This record gives sequence, C-alpha cells and structure tokens, in this order.
Amino acid sequence: MSRSLLRSLLPIISLMVVLGATFYVQPRTMSYFGLNLMLQYAVPIALATIAQMFVITVNDLDLSIGPFVGLVGCISATLLYTNPLFGTLVLLLCIAAYAAVGALIHSRNLPSIVVTLGLSFVWVGIAVLILPSPGGKAPDWLKSIMGLQTPLVPLPIIAAIVIGLLVQLALMHSSLGVIARGAGGNPRAMERAGWSMLKTKSIMYALAGFFGLLSGLSLLGLTTSADAHVADRYTLYSIAGVILGGGEFIGGRVSPLGAVIGALTLALAGSFLIFLKISPDWQIGAQGAILILVLALKAPLTTRDVSQ
Amino acid sequence: MINLWNRLRREPWIWSFLAAIGVWLATVAYTGGQGAGEILTAALSFATFSIIVGLGQMMVITTGPGNVDLSIPASITLSGVVAMKVMDTDSARLLLGIGAALGVSFLVGVFNYGLIRLLRIPPIIATLSSSFLVLSTAISYGRGIRIKPPIPLDTFATTRLFGIPLAAMLVAVLSVILAIVIKRTVYGRAVLAIGQNPRAAWLAGINVNQTRFMTYVLSALLAGVCGILLSGFSGGAALNMGEDFLLASIAVVVIGGTSVAGGRASVPGIWGAALFMYLLVTMLNIFGASAGVRLIMTGTIIIAVIVLASGEARPK
Repeated sequence: MSRSLLRSLLPIISLMVVLGATFYVQPRTMSYFGLNLMLQYAVPIALATIAQMFVITVNDLDLSIGPFVGLVGCISATLLYTNPLFGTLVLLLCIAAYAAVGALIHSRNLPSIVVTLGLSFVWVGIAVLILPSPGGKAPDWLKSIMGLQTPLVPLPIIAAIVIGLLVQLALMHSSLGVIARGAGGNPRAMERAGWSMLKTKSIMYALAGFFGLLSGLSLLGLTTSADAHVADRYTLYSIAGVILGGGEFIGGRVSPLGAVIGALTLALAGSFLIFLKISPDWQIGAQGAILILVLALKAPLTTRDVSQ
Repeated sequence: MINLWNRLRREPWIWSFLAAIGVWLATVAYTGGQGAGEILTAALSFATFSIIVGLGQMMVITTGPGNVDLSIPASITLSGVVAMKVMDTDSARLLLGIGAALGVSFLVGVFNYGLIRLLRIPPIIATLSSSFLVLSTAISYGRGIRIKPPIPLDTFATTRLFGIPLAAMLVAVLSVILAIVIKRTVYGRAVLAIGQNPRAAWLAGINVNQTRFMTYVLSALLAGVCGILLSGFSGGAALNMGEDFLLASIAVVVIGGTSVAGGRASVPGIWGAALFMYLLVTMLNIFGASAGVRLIMTGTIIIAVIVLASGEARPK
C-alpha cells in the first residue's frame, strides 16, 4: 500500500480503533440507543470543525469559532425564540460580520490569529449582554430536529455522513472550491490569474460563519438552554479535528470528510475515557494523550522537511 | 522633534505605547486627575505577569509561522502548584521550591519540542495536547489544596519601591537581558534568521533544531517564573490561575509589534502592549461599563490597534 493512500486512510482507521476500543470496554454502546447517546454531541463539534476548515483552507486560523457558537446559542434561545423574524435577521447579520472580517483580514493583510482573538472577546461580550446568566429556551422545532429518531441508523451518524459528503462535493469538486484551495496554496498566483482573493476570502469566512451558525443551532437543540461559554472548548476541538482529519495549516490542503471523521474521533474519545473509569484528574490528560497517539501515527508517513 | 517622530513611528512597538498612554490619559481625564499614579502602579503589577509569559511567547512566535506555545497556561499552573507544595509555607525551602518548579517547567519545554520534532506534530496541536497532560498532572499533584506562599516570596511579589513593584523590576532586568540576547548573541540571531527563512538559515549552517529546542524550553521556563511569582502575588496556587494567559500571551506579542510571520521581535512592545491591556480594563471599569460592554470594547480595540499597527495595504 502506498504511503499517501495509507495517510488518507489514517483518519478513518483512527476512528475505527477508538470505536472498537469503546465497544470493547462497554459492549452495551454497540446499539442504536448507545451510539445515538455517544455521538449526539459530535454533530455540533463536526459543524464547528467544518467552519474552522474553511478558514484553514485559505491559510488562516479562526480562534473565535467557539465563542461564536456560544453566541449563536444565546441569540437563538432568546431573540429567535421570542421573535423568529428578528432573530433570523440578527443571525444573518452575524454571518455578514464574519464575511466582513474575512475581507478586512485580506485587504489590510492582517494576522488572522490576532483579529479572531479580538473577535472572540466581541462575541462573548455580545452573548453576555443578550443573556447575562445561563438560560433561555430552544425553539421547539430545533429540539424536535435534534431529537429525531431516524430508522435503523442513528441521526448523528446520518448527519455526519451528509455534512461530510455535501462539503466534500462543494469544496473538492466545484470551481469555487478549487479557487479557494488555490488561494491557500499560492494566493499570488491565483490573483495574477485574475481571481479576486478578496471575494474568495470573504466567501470562505462567510461559510465559516454559516457552519458556526449551524453548530450553535444544533448544540442548542441538544442542550435546550443557552450559555455564553458553553462552546469555548470548540475552538481547540475544531482545530484538532481538522488536523486529525488529515488537513494541514498551510497550502490549502484540507479534507472535509476527514474533518468530520476527526470531529467524531474527538467526541468518541471523550465517551471512551468516561467508560474507562479513569480518575477525573486524568480525564483531560488522557484526551491529550489520545490526540498525541493518533498524530504520532502520522509521523512515519510524512516526509522529512527542515522548513516545516 | 519631527525627526524624532519620523524615526519613532517606524518602530514596531511605538503604537502599543501610544495606545497605553491614550487610554491612561482618558482614564485620568475622567477621574479629574485622581489616582493617576495609583492606576499606573496597579497596571504595572498586573502587567508584569503577562510580560513574563509574553517574552517567551514572543521568542516562540519569532521562530516562524505556525510556531506558538499553547501550553503556557498549563505550565504556569503546574509551576505554581509544584512551587507551593514543595515550599510548604517554609521559608527555608524557598530555593528548593523555585528549583523544583523551574525543573518541571524545563521538562514541559523538552516534552513540547519532543512532540514537535520527533513526532512531527504541528506546534499548535503539540503544545495544546501537552497542555492537557500538564494540566492533569497539576490537578492530580495539587489535589485542590491551597497552600500559602512562604513569607519572603509573598513579600517579594507584593512589595513596591517608589510605586514600582519589585517583581516588575525583576522582569525589567529579564527583558533587558533578553533584548541583548536577541541582538548580540548567536542564539538570538539564529532565532531571527530561522523566523525569516528556515531553509536559508539551515543552509547558512545554523542549527535549526537546537535553536527551536532552546526557544520552547525558554518559553516554558518563563511560564514557570510567572507561575511562581503569581502564586506569591495571589496568596497561593490555583488550578485556573493560568487560564487568562493563553489569549493574553499571544495578544501582547502581536499588539507589541512582533511579526506574526516570524523573524522580527520587539521586547519594548511587550511592555507597551501589556500595560495597554490592563489600562484598558481599568478604564472600562472606571467608566462603569458592564461585563459585556467591557468585553466588546476590549475586542474591538485589540482589532483596531492591529489594524493601525500592521496597517499596510496589500501590495498589488
């Protein structure tokens, strides 16, 4: 088997290993109900990971996606609940803000890490103004979508496959996708070839905002009430998910299906650790160890490079 | 005068100081001149901790794109916990505690670089994963007990001389040393060269791996120093004591004018940026802004400063 094929199969192998280990430790999870329960929180994480992936495609990094998911939850549990039309408008405005940030980062040649760092404060601030303490109510339609009992295969698995395939098609097989990945590979060459990088970056940021919005909505559908800080961890999860899925920070090398698989692996690892009954002190450390282990597998498959 | 301004405006760090002075003047104008010195002293006390970790983060970021140390908060916590537990409120064990805390910080740095080098994990993910392990170690070792710092450490961390905290003086000395190291030593030059072009630096005979190794260790050690001082300052170690420093360490580096693309470092900028961040929070507090407004203003101003500071239109 060639190295590159093995590399592209690595995310799915990692997922299978973690899944197998979970089944071994707790055989009762090998059921419709068990899988549903274990994987339901993987849906918002996968959506946030896809959002992060769009930003990584154009060589940027979004440190504000977690707080943004939290903000969407706060808006949806208050404004969208009491006044659906106004709530929708505010949510659309959030996506527009994302696109504007992308345009600003591109046109002034700013470091995305710092701009999104500042942005994360803004998102939390707005969320705290809207919802000073945890609470609010999820719209009923949202709860019923997330609680849907699909026949045979649990909803989270269907959702993950649909999201992965749709984005895979859109990013890997459309002209916009090719331009966007080219923008990550060599922006100057794409610019010279006549493509507007400003437009490309704005669209990629808008897409990140859109998937961040979906992530926030699906998370609210599960938790049924909102909290400004509920998704703070998602920033790090989403970055780790993209990398676990075979993506790279530079060069426009990303894989939407891989990103979804990476997010599922992360979510499963959390459940696995709970089943292992290790001391709560070491839960978070074990998560770090799993992350290192999975990434270590990649090392022998990567070619040596001093300038990495 | 105009000449001086023309020279100064080209310095990357000048914007952070202008921003800090502007915020301070706005605050003082609001209070009618009351507490002007007191505000500066307080800002200096709190900024000290961001400056220490900012210096380490600056060196890491300077080694080139993609290099960043996300394990700083966990290292601060582990160092604080180890220091307090080894010292066990006994002044005689002060040096032993400092040694132990710096020792574990050193190991964290070695571990970080080991992941990056041997397993070829991107630094962001490597330091993130190791921070989980480090934090777990701190939780498990600390067991949630809050031990008071020995009196000499407490005194050192909280004493002020002519309104200037002793800890800030120590950090000023550290900063001057680091600035000299960057400008005048082989190691400092190597860091800049690697940040500008790792391949060229390697071809020029610079030991890229050794330089990066030293940089990650330096960052972990400075986080360790911060952990010890912070436990002395706040009456013991706490498991969340490092939390605020993840964003703060990156923000002070970039607002201070250090290039995110690597290869350009600015020590004075770290001071300007750290003072600016704390004066900003103080100003918003004095203005009576609510938590939400405070956060929105902080975020907006960080973005505004970075737009002004690195504001060059994209070359056509």
